[in-house]
This record gives sequence, C-alpha cells and structure tokens, in this order.
Amino acid sequence: MRGELHYDAVVIGAGTAGLVAGARLAEGGARVCVLAKGVGSTHLAPATVDVLGYAPSRVSSPAAAFEEFATARPDHPYTRLGFDAIAESVRWFSERVAAGPLPEYRYVGDLERNTLLPTAVGALRPSALVPETMAAGDAAAHGRVCIVGTRSLRDFHSALCATNLRRAGLDARSVEIEIEVERADQNTLGLARKFDDPKWRAAFAGRLALKLQAHESVGMPAMLGLRDPHGAWSDVQHRLGRPVFEIPGLPPSVPGIRLYEILRSALRRAGGRLVLGAEVVSAERDGSLVTSVATASAGHDARYAAPWFVLASGGFGSGGIELDSRWAAHERVLGLELRGVPEPGQPRFLGDYLAEQPMARVGVAVDGELRAEGAENVVVAGAALPGAVPWREGSGEGIALASGSHAAQLVLARSGAPAGAAA
Amino acid sequence: MSEHDVLEQLMRGSLDHCVKCTICETQCPVSNVTPLFPGPKYAGPQAERYRVADEPSVDASVDYCSGCGICSMVCPQGVKIAEINSQARNKLKLQKGYPLRDRIITRPTWLGRAGGGPVAPIANLTIDFKPLRILGEKFLGIARNGPAPDFARQRFSRWAKGHPSPATGRKIVYFHGCGTEYYEPWEGQKVMQILEHNGFEVVVPKQDCCGLPLQSSGLFDDARKVVLRLARNLVPYVRDDPDTIIVGNATSCTLMLKREAREILSLEDDPDLKLVSERTYDICELLLELNDRGELKTDFQPVNEHIFYHAPCQQQGHWIGKPALELFALIPGLEVTEGNARCCGIAGTYGLKVEKYDIAMAVGADLFGQVRESGATEVACDSETCRWQITHGTGQKSVHPIDYLHRAYGL
Repeated sequence: MRGELHYDAVVIGAGTAGLVAGARLAEGGARVCVLAKGVGSTHLAPATVDVLGYAPSRVSSPAAAFEEFATARPDHPYTRLGFDAIAESVRWFSERVAAGPLPEYRYVGDLERNTLLPTAVGALRPSALVPETMAAGDAAAHGRVCIVGTRSLRDFHSALCATNLRRAGLDARSVEIEIEVERADQNTLGLARKFDDPKWRAAFAGRLALKLQAHESVGMPAMLGLRDPHGAWSDVQHRLGRPVFEIPGLPPSVPGIRLYEILRSALRRAGGRLVLGAEVVSAERDGSLVTSVATASAGHDARYAAPWFVLASGGFGSGGIELDSRWAAHERVLGLELRGVPEPGQPRFLGDYLAEQPMARVGVAVDGELRAEGAENVVVAGAALPGAVPWREGSGEGIALASGSHAAQLVLARSGAPAGAAA
Repeated sequence: MSEHDVLEQLMRGSLDHCVKCTICETQCPVSNVTPLFPGPKYAGPQAERYRVADEPSVDASVDYCSGCGICSMVCPQGVKIAEINSQARNKLKLQKGYPLRDRIITRPTWLGRAGGGPVAPIANLTIDFKPLRILGEKFLGIARNGPAPDFARQRFSRWAKGHPSPATGRKIVYFHGCGTEYYEPWEGQKVMQILEHNGFEVVVPKQDCCGLPLQSSGLFDDARKVVLRLARNLVPYVRDDPDTIIVGNATSCTLMLKREAREILSLEDDPDLKLVSERTYDICELLLELNDRGELKTDFQPVNEHIFYHAPCQQQGHWIGKPALELFALIPGLEVTEGNARCCGIAGTYGLKVEKYDIAMAVGADLFGQVRESGATEVACDSETCRWQITHGTGQKSVHPIDYLHRAYGL
C-alpha cells in the first residue's frame, strides 16, 4: 500500500479562508480535500466580517475608502484582488449563511457602511457585515443601552463594558444577574447550549426583565444559542420587548463556532472532504510543482496528491509561519519563501505593542495571482498572505473571504491545463 | 536516551504549545454535560504542570475523561491532550487501586469465552436478567442499564476456520477484534466476503484483545501485556512481506494498534508493535484507497435506504477524515444523513460504569436526538460499542458501514 489519495485540489487549513476555498472548489465541481491540523481560527474570532475598518483612521465606508487604501499599498492582498472580488465573495458568503444549517440565521450589512459594534471592553469596532444577533449593537443606532452580565461568566464584565461605552459617548449602564449554571463558572459556549433550551431562556428573560428600564436596548455576551441562534435571539427579544444584541468576547467564540458550522456545511454539501488532525508533515515536489503532501495519520502517513494546492494555514497567530530562536522566519507547511521579513540589522519589533510592527506584514511570497513564488501550483489564501496587518486594518475576514474565493476560482479556471502551462 | 524516553518527553513537552485557545473545551463531549470533569485543557496541559514523576498523583477528576481523543484531534497546536490525561489517569488509578469491576469489564476475551459459544443462550438470558443486573450494579458497579450485547452462538474464528479464503496470492491479514469474535461474527463474515470479492486472500491469524479497554480504564501494565501478545501474533504475517497489510473493522481496536498503544502505553520501542502499527488499516480507509487506485470493484446494486452516519470519536482519531462517507457515495440509491454530534457517550466501557452511566447517556443525548430527527431507518457507525450504545439510546438498528457495501455487492 502506498497510502495515497488523489484530488483535483487539496486545501491546507480549515479557517475561514481554507473552508471558503474548499467549499467554492467543491461547488465548482472539483474533487477537493481540506486538510487541517486542528480546528482553526473561526473558534477564536468574533465572526464579524471586517473588510476595512481603519486606513489608518476609522473608516465609515469600506467601499468609499477602498481605492485610496489600495493605491497606497501595492503589496496588499486587496490591491491584487480588487474591490469587485471582495464584494463578490461577501455576497457568496451571505448566501451560504442563508442556505446554511442554522435556520433563518443571517448576516446583515454591506460594504457601503461599517457597523460600529461594542466589544467586550466597551470599545467600538467597525465591521462591514455582522450576525443579525449583533446588529442592534450598532452605536449609530443607539439611544440607551443596558449591558447585561452574570457573575458565573468570568470572561465578561458588564460594568467595564458600560463604563467604556459611556466614555465613547453612549448612554450605557450595566446590570448583573444571577443564573444557575450548575458549576462555579461557565464560559459563553456552555451558556449558549443553555440558550438553545426554550425553557431556560424564558427563565433567563424573566429574571432579566425585572432589572430593565423603559426604552433601553440590551447588550449581552455572544451566547444566544448554537443550534438555533435566530430562534433564541428572536425569542429573547420578544420576551423582553426590546432590541437585544450580542457582544463578542473571549474565546471560545460562540458566533465563530456557528460560522465554522456554516462553512463546514457548505463544503460537505458540495461534496468536499474535511480531514481534521491531519498535520502536513512533508511534501513531494517536481521542480516548481508540489505533487503531493503527507499528513501524520495514525500508524502511517497518509498522502494526498493533487495538481493544485491552496495554502490557507494562517500567519504567525496560527503557527503557519514561525519565527525560530535564531530570529529566522519560516513557512512551516511547505517551506515556501517569505516576503516582508526585515533585513538583518533592521528592527523586527517595536516596544509599543500596538504600533506598526515591522514583522506584521510578513507572508508567503506570491505573484500577481497569489501563487507562491517557486511553487506555481500553490495558491495562497488568508493570513498567510503578505502585506496586510489585519488586526490594525480591520481587514481579516475580507482578506480571507476574497482570497479563499480567488484561490478557488483560479484553480477552477486553470484545471485541465497543467499549472506550468498557465504560467 | 531511548527513543521511548524522547517520545515521552515530546508528548509531555507538547503542553508548552498550548496557547489556552479553549478549542478543545468547545469539543469535549464530557465536560460539556457534567461539572465532574473540568475539561481537557484544565485537566491536560494546565494540570500537567503540577504533575511530577515519582510524586503522588495530584488528580481527582481526570478519571472522568472518557478518553475519546477528540481534544487531541481538534487542537490546532498539536498538544497531546488526551494522551497526557490518559497517563495521569493511570497514575491516579495506580495510587487509588482498581475496582474489581474494572478488572472484569476490561477483559472481553474472558467474558467472551465464558459467555460465548454453546452457552450463549443461557449467558444472554443471565445478562438480560434484571435482578442480576441490579446486583451487578450494587456489588460491582456495573450500570444496570448499560448496553449489553448478546453473545453469539458461534465465534467468528470458528466460522472462519470452516471458510478459508480462496488462494489468490494477494494476501491480506484480518484483525477482527473481540466484538466480531464473540458478539457480531456476521460483521467479520461480511468483511471477508467483501475483501474476497475484491480479489484478496484473507488470512485470519490467532488473535486476542488489543488491550484498549484495559488502557482506557488505566490498567496500563495489563494493557501492555495484552497488546504486545497481539502484536506478536500478527507480526509474522507482515514481517517478511512488505506488501501485506492488516485490516480491521473494529475502528477503536485498529486505532489502538496504530497509535494509542505506542503513545499512551509508551511502547514506541517495541519493533513488533511498530511494524504492526504501520501496516494496520481501518477497513473503510483501505477500501477508499483501493477505490482511488481504481482497484475497488464497483458493481454496486442500488440500496434504497435512508441511513444516519455517525463517525465515532475513535474513527476520527485515525486522522483520515470519514472514509465511510466517500464509500457510501459510491452506492446508488443510498441516502445518508451525516450527524455532527460529538460522541455517543459509551467510550468503550466508560458508559458501563455505574458512576458514569448517566454522563454517558447525557453525552449521547445530542446524537440520539439527531438520529430520531433524521427520520433514517438505520444507523451506520464504525465502532461496535458505539453501535450498541446508539441502539440502547434510540432503539434503532445500527450496523458497520461495510454492511451497505456488502448489500450493494449482493454478496
């Protein structure tokens, strides 16, 4: 036995970019397999679709700010992808959410205007599309707001959130309520499972209603259900008789787990495979082509061969790129060349944590089509791309959606022709 | 330093890769239904910092980990969470002592020999006899309502002796495990017929338990003896022939041979086990690979059924995805609902223990609900103990995925 399986395309990474690339490849008729070391970034992120939040001052309309942003950054993934590709991928995403496994759950918003949502510490964060369960948090829409916390959830402090929202100019106050969680404390995931139970959320709403004042909307940690968030959110709003919105916070991210289920379901429905626990341990090459990768399955390696690969293994945060103890940066999956690494003698990090960090733009060196330099059948997507600083720009999901979609479309367009011939 | 010491240190060292992202906590079937187990991150990489070799165990709750291994699979940083917890359980149990119950239910071979074969009808009546189950719970701690499959009247190996494979020269070694041997010999017959239909000459060596029940109950020394005896039985068939592989339908037992015995029982140094580990395949893994190479016969007749598929934790622990789903797609007429529940709860013998039975049923509740809602007529699942639990929890018939291939081949 050789232990080899053949696909039209193999995607490495199961974060947003990888799952989007995999789902769109499968929808386009490709036999596709998504390999991932573990569950990806979805479970850690707020699950809003941030397209362009800061450039560098706060952006109110990603569509209006795009041209100037892109022109000033020739190496940015957005500049190579173009605005239309971003808009198309966002449309595709909204459709998949609507057709997904969570009944009636929707994302709302568009690229014309950023929604300003409160964070768990009461800052305001710009996002283009947001889950409907968060939309009422838009600062622009607000009168009075009551931030609700519970002592059993140690990851969210309603008073801290409300105090900072007041500093940002909102009319906010906070309350804490006691709820029975059957253990000393709970995280939002455990509470979200409770919110899936109509009886439990009715009791919760009953207790909360006593503490609310007239004409204030309610903000609470993002935990309004996993299986049927639309149902749980609508039910709580109805029972309280006022708008209710979720505030994303520390991992595990309940809205992120919903997002993962939506994208995973899109992949599976289109016939794509997903293999978790499949860390890529080696790759075989034929000149400038990657011909197969091996993953560490139990007992023996499993080998996946394909004419095309999509690398969506993330940046420093996900371990797709690492900085070793000799200060050398590496792409860990296929050993690809990097771009943006500061020259020897130049500063790599600055003392101010939130400053423009020199290492932040490091990514896999790619050509104009986002194919890896030196590996022309590898298309790079998501946080592995160079030239962007998603956490400063508020651009992470925009890059993931658009580059994942681009990778799929490029592979589908070129399939049939050998990668080399397309160069 | 031996290879084994290096690997053990690597495993323990993997806890330093934990970034406290909590992804394992989101997926743990047990901690999500009971406060008795604080969760894989807490019991694993966090508690491991307080565990010192040669010092007394610092654990209390780690025995409530069911050992399903999902945490290790979903960890994006490669931390060996389940393996770390399994070793901590072993230390805890060594210190606390093992209940007699754990020495009984972890020995499928003894149970099978005592209750299987000609005495099966009587043994089955005895096992189903409620007053006796109540006594068993009271005095031994075996849950009175835990799923108890019927012993088969004829062991699989007896049947296999009377049905030698036609010689084709294309040998394959069949590891049937205890579930097939004592309880579901028909599954083994189907495996053999499918393999023979595809041109294999199936060899059935003398074999015994893989030691997984012992290992998952923390009886490591006994588990080591048992799995090494099995490895010695299997290795002569593959040692001299690089093309011969071992295939099994008991997915948790093949995982034990492939990885768990080596990693959890620290048997990396054993050359026989290493060779057996590298050559062992799950039946669906093998058939998918044959199909990829164009070597799987696809003379399938339609099977007009709507089934529900649950990939057991231990199948997912092979880190090969869910090959059964790809095989189902080859069968005309077969409609499959893929479940996304985490676990059925049984985890081998976990759900048979009186103090854990309710937890196991609470873990399985999500899956049982999905099975009922799906409207499917049957459930397919790769592990026998999970099938028994699913039938126990839903009343639905449950079979190994290869049953549908067997039907589609018209064998």
